[in-house]
Amino acid sequence: MRYLLMIYTDETVAAKMSPEEQGAYMAAYNAFTKATRDRNAFQAGEALQSTATATTVRVRNGKAVSTDGPYAETKEQLGGYYLLNCKNLDEAIEFAAMIPGAQHGSIEVRPIMEFGEPA
Amino acid sequence: MLPFQANDAIEQTLRAEHGRVLGSLIAMLDDFDLAEDVLQDALLTALERWPVDGLPRNPAAWLTTVARRKAIDRLRRDQAQQRQQATLAAGMERAGPVRPDEDVVDEHTFPDERLKLIFTCCHPALAPEAQIALTLRTLGGLGTAEIAHAFLVPLPTMNQRLTRAKTKIRQAGIPYQVPSLERLPERLDTVLQVLYLIFNEGYTASTGDDLIRQALCSEAIHLGRVLLALLEASPGLPRYPEAEGLLGLMLLHDARRAARADGRGELVLLEDQDRARWDKSEIEAGLALLDGALALRQPGPFQIQAAISALHAQATTAADTDWQEIAALYCELARRAPSPVVELNRAVALGLAHGPLVGLMELDQLKLEDSLGDYHWFHAARADLLRRAGYGPQARDAYSRALALCQNGTERSFLARRLAETEQSL
Repeated sequence: MRYLLMIYTDETVAAKMSPEEQGAYMAAYNAFTKATRDRNAFQAGEALQSTATATTVRVRNGKAVSTDGPYAETKEQLGGYYLLNCKNLDEAIEFAAMIPGAQHGSIEVRPIMEFGEPA
Repeated sequence: MLPFQANDAIEQTLRAEHGRVLGSLIAMLDDFDLAEDVLQDALLTALERWPVDGLPRNPAAWLTTVARRKAIDRLRRDQAQQRQQATLAAGMERAGPVRPDEDVVDEHTFPDERLKLIFTCCHPALAPEAQIALTLRTLGGLGTAEIAHAFLVPLPTMNQRLTRAKTKIRQAGIPYQVPSLERLPERLDTVLQVLYLIFNEGYTASTGDDLIRQALCSEAIHLGRVLLALLEASPGLPRYPEAEGLLGLMLLHDARRAARADGRGELVLLEDQDRARWDKSEIEAGLALLDGALALRQPGPFQIQAAISALHAQATTAADTDWQEIAALYCELARRAPSPVVELNRAVALGLAHGPLVGLMELDQLKLEDSLGDYHWFHAARADLLRRAGYGPQARDAYSRALALCQNGTERSFLARRLAETEQSL
């Protein structure tokens, strides 16, 4: 089963890290990605640039309106994701707990809606 | 018209076997909903056949076999056959051959899959109220209406809760398995929380249907026993003292049931209870479990709460209660599972050990008003300490606040009496 693991963290935490801490943080993410590949789970995964770079688009009454910023102001922001192929929810949860961001943030785990299979 | 006893025995058996049969069917069919549907069919068949043929020697095997046959029939008729028949075939192989003859052979014993069922129902991905409902429905065999009634929730809401939970199990991919050895302790914690919530619902809520309240306590204790037996029977698993401690705790609390209300249904406080009405065999059983658990030297919140309950159970009279030890235990509990209510209980115990002024000072120091300001027992506890310390007017005010915040009929009655007594002595 495929799951999207969405990484929500307080952006300011990473921003306050020293270069050494950032290096360690990146290394931890690389190690995690490798672990998912080693277990044949990895399908996709990316880090996102901060919400300062976000643009939100809405089409209402035929008009496309773009606004500066994320779709909602939240305490924790979406900072990255992994698309993993897992045996079941427990394996997805196990992976989520290994994500470095989980130490101070939240990982939302959601199954992909696979079309063509019975619900 | 069937004799009452025959009916009762059949219904009791059906309820007792519900969890075991469902557990096996889900393992075989890989499909929660299908398993429940064919189990329902099998239960109906049992209600037709057993009054005539008598109870089978192995009711669980009988029900499982009949349900399995119905599943095969259904899947043959089903549109999306191929995929499910492949699943069915795999499940059938695990379960052994179906006898071709009409008579149901009840010698084949299917493996007990209830541990898988318990851990699935209590999966942390499900909301606590869904865990409770699913556990009571599938393992306890309680009817949806019974569960709705017990939790004071409309029947359609409870139906929806159960349906959503099963949908989530399927859609989110919650696996039907016993967690790995490393994950077991934390997953077991969730199971224990569910059982404790069920017990508490039956123990503390004292308005409404008394029979249902009692049924919830009995069900929690029963499920606790089943859980321990299943864990013991599983090869390679260590003992889990918190599970033993929880069962001990529930038995020790339940032992006091008969003494908690007087002839008119009025609440009787622990200190005023007639201890002769406490169930001695339940106390013995609870103490034995606690001793066994503590011997493993892995203390935890349930064992500590059981130890506190044990101190009450072992005091011949209220005056003999070792409040100092109880206060120390609440201190331990506060370290491991801190909460304002635990602090409140600790302060009360200190008050009973060293005098009401000590208790009051402790309460003030903790600034519990911030977190417990809306909790009627906080004000009632303060009122009691004030009363014992001789501060009549302040006690009256505190009882008034408690009464204003209390929703429970039996507790309101008690608080009103205390308020009246306090006012009389002013």
